[in-house]
Amino acid sequence: MDRWKRIGSVLAGLAVFAVPISVGAQEEADIATRVGDLAKHLDWIWTCIAAFLVFFMQAGFALLESGFTRAKNAVNIMMKNVADLAIGSIGFWAIGFGLMFSGDVYEFFVNPDVNAYGEEANWMYSFLIFQTVFAATAATIVSGAVAERTKFGAYLVFSVVITAVIYPIQGAWSWGGLWHGGGWLENLGFIDFAGSTVVHSVGGWAALAGAIVLGPRRGKYNADGSMNAIVGHSMPMAALGVFILWLGWFGFNPGSTTSMDGGNFARIAVATNLSAAAGALIAMFVSWGKFGKPDISMTLNGALAGLVAITAGCYTMTPLGSILTGGVAGVLVVFSVLFFDKIRIDDPVGAISVHGVCGAWGTLACAIPFLCIPGEAGNFVTQITGIGAVFACTFIFSLIMFFGIKVTIGLRVSEEEEDAGLDILEHGVPAYANFVITTTDHRM
Amino acid sequence: MQKIEAYLRPAVLEKVHDALAEVGIIGMSVVEVRGFGRQRGHREVYRGAEYRVDFVPKIKIEVIVKDSDADTAKDTIIATAKTGEVGDGKIFVIPVSEAVRIRTGEQGDDAL
Repeated sequence: MDRWKRIGSVLAGLAVFAVPISVGAQEEADIATRVGDLAKHLDWIWTCIAAFLVFFMQAGFALLESGFTRAKNAVNIMMKNVADLAIGSIGFWAIGFGLMFSGDVYEFFVNPDVNAYGEEANWMYSFLIFQTVFAATAATIVSGAVAERTKFGAYLVFSVVITAVIYPIQGAWSWGGLWHGGGWLENLGFIDFAGSTVVHSVGGWAALAGAIVLGPRRGKYNADGSMNAIVGHSMPMAALGVFILWLGWFGFNPGSTTSMDGGNFARIAVATNLSAAAGALIAMFVSWGKFGKPDISMTLNGALAGLVAITAGCYTMTPLGSILTGGVAGVLVVFSVLFFDKIRIDDPVGAISVHGVCGAWGTLACAIPFLCIPGEAGNFVTQITGIGAVFACTFIFSLIMFFGIKVTIGLRVSEEEEDAGLDILEHGVPAYANFVITTTDHRM
Repeated sequence: MQKIEAYLRPAVLEKVHDALAEVGIIGMSVVEVRGFGRQRGHREVYRGAEYRVDFVPKIKIEVIVKDSDADTAKDTIIATAKTGEVGDGKIFVIPVSEAVRIRTGEQGDDAL
């Protein structure tokens, strides 16, 4: 402290002798350039920080999905989450980015932009890392819905397809114009600020296709059609996962400004947080009323439902509109989980309901004027067109892919492997060595 | 000598342990077990689907006492473990034919 005080007094002394200098035109121009550079670099820093937060969502998904499934499959879930991030990172760089953002169709494979050097290229790299972690998010959503019964190799193949092809095509329709591309949905005025539909519904509808082609887990349904609950092995792990995802969303939504944008990221952060809070609370109360006890898994799904739903409208909605959007998502997610269970589509973590259904709801909500900042509401027909087009394209393409995998390399593990758990037979190592995990419950 | 085997609610372990020590009964083995009795487990709801908990977590304590202490031990356990609700557990008393303290070779009651 003393040292700084000393320096301070020396500077104060020198100031007495300072002669006022008139700043010349050259200096003024230099200062303007430097301020401009600084502003530009701040945009890049924000974009990168947001990308790093979104990256961390992978950890959230890994914890949530493994917590909601059985201990005998925990290594498999972790491996899928590591692998889809790794595959997505390379696949999106090599193919996806060009497909999504290139104005020129011939540049889709290893777009020349993604190998450039120099200061302007550094903006591209900020944008690329941000878009890469988005692609990986879409991929990792699928892993929870197909958990506990999918061959590891089959999952890897699908990860390549969704990060390099399916997601980039959907992204190009709505966001291509953020770089050198341009898409028909964005030209229609489709509102999906950070990807309720473009990222989350894509993951959710692909998950739906996967769960349909796979069929339910052994032991989920009885011969008489009644259903058994298959209880996840670690609720604390799942809750930690949701906290991490909630944090990561502060990169996902506010970061989608990819610039300082007059500080709008702060408003978006509030909208995001309010919607998540409303989703968690409402899902908690709905589960409390319906099942007699506040269900942790539904409450956690409710928080995510609120986050997914506000992703489209976080820029255009009022704070109250955000609460209402998240609250409706909190109701929807509970009934949607029950609905998919009823029609025998087995989704162990609720990914289809959270990402598919609530993504669609949030996108639709962008057209409800009452929820939006005056003048910012979108067009109903356009929003529905976007939701429907992305559903149709993703769902059909994914169905074809999962069927293709099923008839070629095989999609589902053997019954013996499913009973024993994927950890030992797919990966050769248990998640919890030296612990007895085969419990006395026959379905565990 | 008698072996007292008691299947109890996990929550009463500490109270039973203290109460037995108070009446001078020292030494106990504890095992975490799962099982069911006349209620055949219970039902819970997870994500809107009901599931059976076939085997309920319990603790089993084993105490070896002199014949003259068997009733005291039994009554003490009953007094501390009873809530009056289903699931309080059961006590079994089994005769023990021999006991040896390995370190000294003492036998019978002296080994307890």
